[in-house]
Amino acid sequence: MILTAAGLTKRFPGVTALSDVSFDLRAGEIHALCGENGAGKSTLIKLLAGVYRHGSYEGRIEVAGEEARFRSIRDASAAGIAVIHQELALVEQMSVAENIFLGTEPTRCGIFVDRRAAERAAAAVLGNFGVALDPATPVAALGVGEKQLVEIVKALARNSRILILDEPTAALAEHEVETLLRILGELRTRGVACIYISHRLAEVFRIADRVTVLRDGRTVATLPAAEVDESTVVRLMVGREVSDLYAHPAAPLGATLLAVEGLAVMGPGRESLLREVSFELRAGEVLGVGGLMGAGRTELLMHLFGAWGRRVAGRVVLGSQSLPAGDPHAALAAGLALVTEDRRRYGLVLGESIAFNLSLSSLASLSRAGIIAGRMEAASNRHWFAALGIRATGLDAIVGRLSGGNQQKVVLGKALMTRPRVVMLDEPTRGIDIGAKLEIYRLINGLTASGCGVLLVSSELPELIGISDRILMLHAGTISACFDRNSATPERLLRAALGGAAGRGRGTTASGAPAVHQNGDSALSAPP
Amino acid sequence: MRLTGTSDLVVLLVVWTGLIALFGGASDGFLSAATLGSIANRIPALLLVATGMTLLMVTGGIDLSVGSALGFCGAMVGVAMADFGWGLASATLASIVLGSLLGGINGLVSVKLRLPSFIVSLGMLEIARGLAFLATHSQTKYIGAAVEGIGAPIPGWVVSPAFLIALAVVALGQGLLSCTVLGRHLIAVGANAEAAAISGIPVDRPRLWAHTLVGALTGLAAVFSCSRLGSADPNAGVGFELTVIAAVVVGGTSLLGGRGSVAKSLLGVLIVATLEAGLVQLGASEPAKRVVTGIVIVVAVLADSWRRRP
Repeated sequence: MILTAAGLTKRFPGVTALSDVSFDLRAGEIHALCGENGAGKSTLIKLLAGVYRHGSYEGRIEVAGEEARFRSIRDASAAGIAVIHQELALVEQMSVAENIFLGTEPTRCGIFVDRRAAERAAAAVLGNFGVALDPATPVAALGVGEKQLVEIVKALARNSRILILDEPTAALAEHEVETLLRILGELRTRGVACIYISHRLAEVFRIADRVTVLRDGRTVATLPAAEVDESTVVRLMVGREVSDLYAHPAAPLGATLLAVEGLAVMGPGRESLLREVSFELRAGEVLGVGGLMGAGRTELLMHLFGAWGRRVAGRVVLGSQSLPAGDPHAALAAGLALVTEDRRRYGLVLGESIAFNLSLSSLASLSRAGIIAGRMEAASNRHWFAALGIRATGLDAIVGRLSGGNQQKVVLGKALMTRPRVVMLDEPTRGIDIGAKLEIYRLINGLTASGCGVLLVSSELPELIGISDRILMLHAGTISACFDRNSATPERLLRAALGGAAGRGRGTTASGAPAVHQNGDSALSAPP
Repeated sequence: MRLTGTSDLVVLLVVWTGLIALFGGASDGFLSAATLGSIANRIPALLLVATGMTLLMVTGGIDLSVGSALGFCGAMVGVAMADFGWGLASATLASIVLGSLLGGINGLVSVKLRLPSFIVSLGMLEIARGLAFLATHSQTKYIGAAVEGIGAPIPGWVVSPAFLIALAVVALGQGLLSCTVLGRHLIAVGANAEAAAISGIPVDRPRLWAHTLVGALTGLAAVFSCSRLGSADPNAGVGFELTVIAAVVVGGTSLLGGRGSVAKSLLGVLIVATLEAGLVQLGASEPAKRVVTGIVIVVAVLADSWRRRP
C-alpha cells in the first residue's frame, strides 16, 4: 500500500463531512472515487492533500507505511502527493517548460534561469511519458487537455508518486480524453498511483482497477472494477432507486399568470440574444426551459426579472400588470421571484448569516418606517428555515459555510419569503446532493399545488422531463420547439436544442457548431 | 472557528482598558478624570466622521476628502460667524448642508459614473482644500467665545456637549446599521452588490446615502473642530482622513466592504486617542508617536485578519 487512510472523520460546524472513512491505494493502481456531489469526495481529497491540516480531523493517514501529518499542501506534495485540479494552476504567460519547473528552475550561477536546460529537461520528461508538446510553447496557446497534461507532467517532474485527478475530463474533448486515459495507463505501468474522480462512469470502468463509493460522508463499498457494473455503482451512490425521483402530480391548471409576447433582447454588447420569444405560464404549471449552454435560457430568466439586457421588442405581463425592463425591485413587488444559477455570485451574501440572507428581499414588508421589526423578521426567518428543512446550527450560521444544498435552500427561502406568484428557477439542483434535490422537487410540487407558476431551467434532461408539465426548447435565442409531458423524450429535446425541427418547432438554422452540454449528473441520473 | 461580533467587541475593550492600565502604571498623572476627560473632549470630530466612514466603508466605498471637507466647512463657519455675524445654530446648519453637498457630489460622481470612490474623493480632497483657502483668503478666522462653548467641558461634568453629541451619533449610527432597512442594504451592497441587485435592492441608493452622511457628519465635525480653537483655520484637518480610516480599521471594519460596526469604530477611536494621549504623557516626541501609532494600526489589522482565518 502506498497510501492508507483509516477512520477519517472531518467535522465542520454543524456538519460532519466525513465519518469514519477508510481508503487505500496501491502503487501502480488507478482507484476511482465515486459519489454524488456532497458525498465527501472533495473533503477526502483535501485531507489527503494537506489542505486540511493534521489535527483538524480524526483518523490516520499513512504514506508508504509511515504516518503522514501534513501541516500544509507543501508537506503533502513533499510526500509525493499531487492534486491535478479542475481549475488548472498554470501561469498562462509562461512556456510549458517554465511551468513544469516553476519554483524549481535550473539555474546558472544560482541566479539566472537556464532556459535551455529547462527546455531540454522538460522535453525529456514530456517524451518520457509520451506527451507530444513543444516545451517552448506558451501555455496560453494550449487547449484545456494539453494544459492538463502539462499539470500532470509538472507533478511527475517533482517525483510525485500519487496523483489525484478531480474531474479531469469534465472540460475535455473526446480525443483529449483518449490521450489522458492513455497516459494514465502508461503511468500505471511505471508504478504511479492515481485517485480518479469522475462523474462519467464509462471512463471509470475503462480505466479504474478499483472503485470506492462514498455516500453522505461514509464509505459505502470498495470493489474491484471488474466485478461491478455501472448500475450497481449508481445504486450504491444514490442509495435508492433512481426512477421514483421525479414524482410530479399534474395539478389542475389555472389562469394565465405570466405572458411573454414577442420578446427580443439585446445583450450588453448590443448583440441580439433573444428574439421572438412568446409563451404563457399558467397557475399550477411547471414550464421547463431547455437548451444548450448559450441558447439564452439564463438570459431569458434574468431579463424577465429585470436584471439583464435591453428590451428591443415585446411585452412581459404578470397577472394584469405589465413588467418594465431593468427593474428587479418592480419584478419582486409584482410577485416574480428568481433563483439564479450562480448562487454564490448572485444569490447569497456569503459572509452573512442565514437570517440576513433569508429576509434580504422581504425587508420592506418586515419593517415600519425603515426600521426593521425584529420579532416579525425573526418569526418569518424561523418559518422558512423550518419549512425548507435547512440543516445548520441555527439561523445565525454563516451561509458561506453551508453545503451547496443548504445554500440553495437559503436562496429558495429568500425568494419564497417574498410571496411570489411566479417562481423562476435556474438550474436549482446543480451541484447539490440527491437528498436536497428531492426536497427541491417536493418544494416545486408544493408551489404548483398552491397555485404558483414555476419556470424551470435545467440542463438535466431527465429532470426537465420528469418535473415539467410543458417544455420549451431554446436554440440560439429563440424557441425552437415546445413539448408537452407525453411527447417529451430526451432524443426529441436534444434535437430541438440543436436547432433541428422537432415537436411543433419553427425551423431555425444552426449557428456554428454548438457543443452538446455534457453534464456528469445527467449521465448519472438518467435511467437507461 | 469564527468568533462572533460580540467577542470582537470584548477584545477591543480589553485592548483599550489594557492601554489605559499600561499608561496609568507608567505615569502617575494619567489615570485621572482630567486626562480621561481631555481625551474625551479631543475626539468628538473624529468620532462623528468615523461613524460616517464606517457606514461608507461597509458599502465598500471610502472618502479621502473628509480632512479637506473639515477644513472647508470650518472655513465657512469662520466666515459666516466672524465676517457675517451669523449665530452658532445657523452656521452649524450651513456647515452640515455644505458637508452633505461635498459628500453627495463624491457619491453621485462615483456611483453614477461608476468611478472608484477612492479616486473621486482624492480629487475632492484637493478641491475642498483649495476652496478652504479661497474662502478665508488663506487666513485663520477668529470666532471666539461664540463657538467655544460646545467644545468646552460642561461645568462639573468633565466632558463637553460635543462629546455627548458625538456619542449620541455613534449610537444612532450603530442603530442605523443593525436595525434599519438601509443598514441591511449597506451591508448587502458592500458584501455582494450583484446578489443585492438580484434581491431587489436598489444598489446605488445606499451608497449615495452613505457618502452624503459622511459629508453631513464632517460638516458637524467642522464646527466641533472650530470650537476647540475658537477659530477657523483653513489648514484644519490635514491628514485627518488617515486618522479616521485608521480608527475605523482598528475597529475591524473591512476596507473591502460588507463588514463593519460603528460601536467597534468607537473603540477604534478610543484606542487611537488613548495611545496618542498616553505617549504624550510619557513625553514621547511627535515623530516617535507617529512611529508607534503606525505600528499599532498594522498590528491591529494583522490580528484581526489572523483571527478571521478559517
